[in-house]
Amino acid sequence: MALRFEILGRFNRARAAQLTLPHFVCQTPLFMPVGTQGTIKGLTADQLEEIGCQIILGNTYHLALRPTSELIDELGGLHKFMNWPRALLTDSGGFQMVSLLHLADITEKGVTFQSPVDGKPMLLTPEESIQIQNKIGADIIMALDDVVKTTITGPRIEEAMHRTLRWIDRCIAAHKRPHDQNLFGIVQGGLDPVLRDICVRGLVDRNLPGYAIGGLAGGEDKDSFWRVVAQCTATLPEDKPRYVMGVGYPLDIVVCSALGADMYDCVYPTRTARFGTAIVPEGVLKLKHKAMAEDTRPIDPTCACMVCKNYTRAYIHSLVTKDAMGSQLLSFHNLYYMMQLSRNLHSSIVQGKFPKFVCNFLQKMFPKGDIPEWVCNAMEVAEIDISSCCAPFRYIQATKVQSNLNEDEIQAV
Amino acid sequence: MKFAVKAWSNGRARAGILHLGTSTIDTPSLLLSTRKGLPHFISPDLLSCLPSPESRLLHVSPLHFLEGLSMKTISKIGGLHQLLGLHDHCFVSVPRDSIQCLPEANSTNKIGASFETPCGRLLIKPVEYMEMISSTRPELWATLADEVPAWVSDKRNKTSVDRTIKWLDECISLSPASGAVFGAIVGGSSLEERRRCAQEVATRNVSGYWVGGLGLGESMDERPALLNAVIEALPEEKPRLICGLGLPEEILQGIAAGVDLFESTYIYHLTLGGFALTFPLDRTQINALNLAPSDVGSDPRKINLRATVFRKDTMPIVEGCTCYTCRNHTRAYINHLLNVHEMLAQILLEIHNTHHFLGFFRLIREAINAGRFEEFRKEFVQRWR
Repeated sequence: MALRFEILGRFNRARAAQLTLPHFVCQTPLFMPVGTQGTIKGLTADQLEEIGCQIILGNTYHLALRPTSELIDELGGLHKFMNWPRALLTDSGGFQMVSLLHLADITEKGVTFQSPVDGKPMLLTPEESIQIQNKIGADIIMALDDVVKTTITGPRIEEAMHRTLRWIDRCIAAHKRPHDQNLFGIVQGGLDPVLRDICVRGLVDRNLPGYAIGGLAGGEDKDSFWRVVAQCTATLPEDKPRYVMGVGYPLDIVVCSALGADMYDCVYPTRTARFGTAIVPEGVLKLKHKAMAEDTRPIDPTCACMVCKNYTRAYIHSLVTKDAMGSQLLSFHNLYYMMQLSRNLHSSIVQGKFPKFVCNFLQKMFPKGDIPEWVCNAMEVAEIDISSCCAPFRYIQATKVQSNLNEDEIQAV
Repeated sequence: MKFAVKAWSNGRARAGILHLGTSTIDTPSLLLSTRKGLPHFISPDLLSCLPSPESRLLHVSPLHFLEGLSMKTISKIGGLHQLLGLHDHCFVSVPRDSIQCLPEANSTNKIGASFETPCGRLLIKPVEYMEMISSTRPELWATLADEVPAWVSDKRNKTSVDRTIKWLDECISLSPASGAVFGAIVGGSSLEERRRCAQEVATRNVSGYWVGGLGLGESMDERPALLNAVIEALPEEKPRLICGLGLPEEILQGIAAGVDLFESTYIYHLTLGGFALTFPLDRTQINALNLAPSDVGSDPRKINLRATVFRKDTMPIVEGCTCYTCRNHTRAYINHLLNVHEMLAQILLEIHNTHHFLGFFRLIREAINAGRFEEFRKEFVQRWR
């Protein structure tokens, strides 16, 4: 175990913690930007530090291709190669393999695929994934799991869950640096609570430094999504970090934090920036839109980032999709937003103001009170009272679903 | 704007001081090229890591804004300083940017100057150009010119001079209260026309001169005579700006003729190509020069970081260079970034190349102040032949 996880504050299931990793002391809940190929698109390490990034994600698949894990190892590890002084997390490489390479196939041995370089058949085993990640040197490494899309049904899901458990043992055995790299297990099992439960218990038995909830953020409906997160956070150990992979939208992060998750990653903020979309408290702002050409307001008047302090929507509009600077500035703002969201989550939980923060957040995003039902349901389970931001009719609808009140009692509410 | 010459070397080369906006800049100096007012790659918060005040002169082509931002909106926002959030920098407006806004001499007519731009071919009338100047409010701007390449007929060339002078007068008459105006001088590759244009413009009430129409097909050998023909006709005490001269040797050529300010796209092209400048800027760097001839091909002044030889090179681009890139990153990392097509590569290269090229200008100023510019020039050209 190469980390310390200390809970500093709680609100029901939500927790704010200090996560001490070999390269950095982090505060959770936190969002990790994805630096696929050893860089966050268009931003320097200095800028990332300035906006408050604590952990960056590197993609093992991409880095193993170029510049190769051997080269990274030879030059002293990814931290040194990128000159990033804070924490790094690498994924197992499995996800990209399955999602990027048609003709990839999963067997008990590992993931077989065609090399994108020369078409030769290749095999990524749990052992090799860990070996590559040992060379890259991130503070947190991920086990190779058998990941299936949540939209798939049938026996494949159960097969994948059991295989994930068999592979975690192979990952643990292959891990040569447990003293400075933390191996996280990944809970699979699709949308089936029974399978998820088996997987959680299996992973917890292995006493890993941290646990991820995988297999989500792939197109399943939101109602199923939050229920899986809720179930996992209820049964994973309290004193270890919980990482929901591939999440995501700010709303999803707030809900998952309310349910007791601590870490998140997603390409969304930087990817949507490249399409000219800014993340704002109200949701999104599409800078490409013609109306932006005359709009002399900042992207978000409440945002303290360099972009919002200096530039108008009109100017950014003139840049987006045409000049590299446009996506750079928007990436900067979007990541700043996500870092600020992380900071707000952490501090509001520590200060005992979490429900107020959540209500505020929802009010800005849903000024008419039309909060989606799945959010209401999730907050109900998280025991966060958001009645003040729901339009009265919607709130009753939600509670009707959850509670056992009969018709007469509901009228009285 | 105020300008004064402080030192001479070898006749025409001069060092001076330019007061523009809130900045005091030593000349000869470089204007950094921009796209819509910001560097191509260096984000605005990183501009402060470049040497100051030398890096504060920014060349802006007002034509860039025609793609997506109305002059009315720019005016409403308050001009370039407000638009770009750059309050310590000085903006110099010249329509041509030598990268994407190129004079299209065949389509220019008596109504306006034609440019090939990303929004297509645009015809810019003097009154439209002046509207752009009034809205953007640069500290310094050049009048609209009819720039022609070296191979046009004498007749066409003569017309370009007549037009440019006419447009100069129009622009001045529409001139906003603030902002220093530089009179445009053209004349193609005709010594006579160059002289005639310069003599005419010298009689106008302008703060300085913009020498246009070069870098459009004339050879480096033809240029000194053309430059001299122009400069001889101009008063000594007013600054001279030139664009289209990008390479170090061309810059030296311009300085030898008496030019003070240069707008060069050299950094941009180097950066796009994955090149980094490495020619030594001082004695310690000359001694530390650690490039084997086989590593760098035929040009030891710069390295192409795409080359596989740099895959594991943990040196900075230039040892001892104090730029952000060299203080923080290795050749190996930049090589990787270039291979995976990451934008960070261009950002880091533009920072280093700008830093290095500004260092070159510093050396030039030192040489002029010490009275040994010609010596410096000869040595530079000799070493890197």
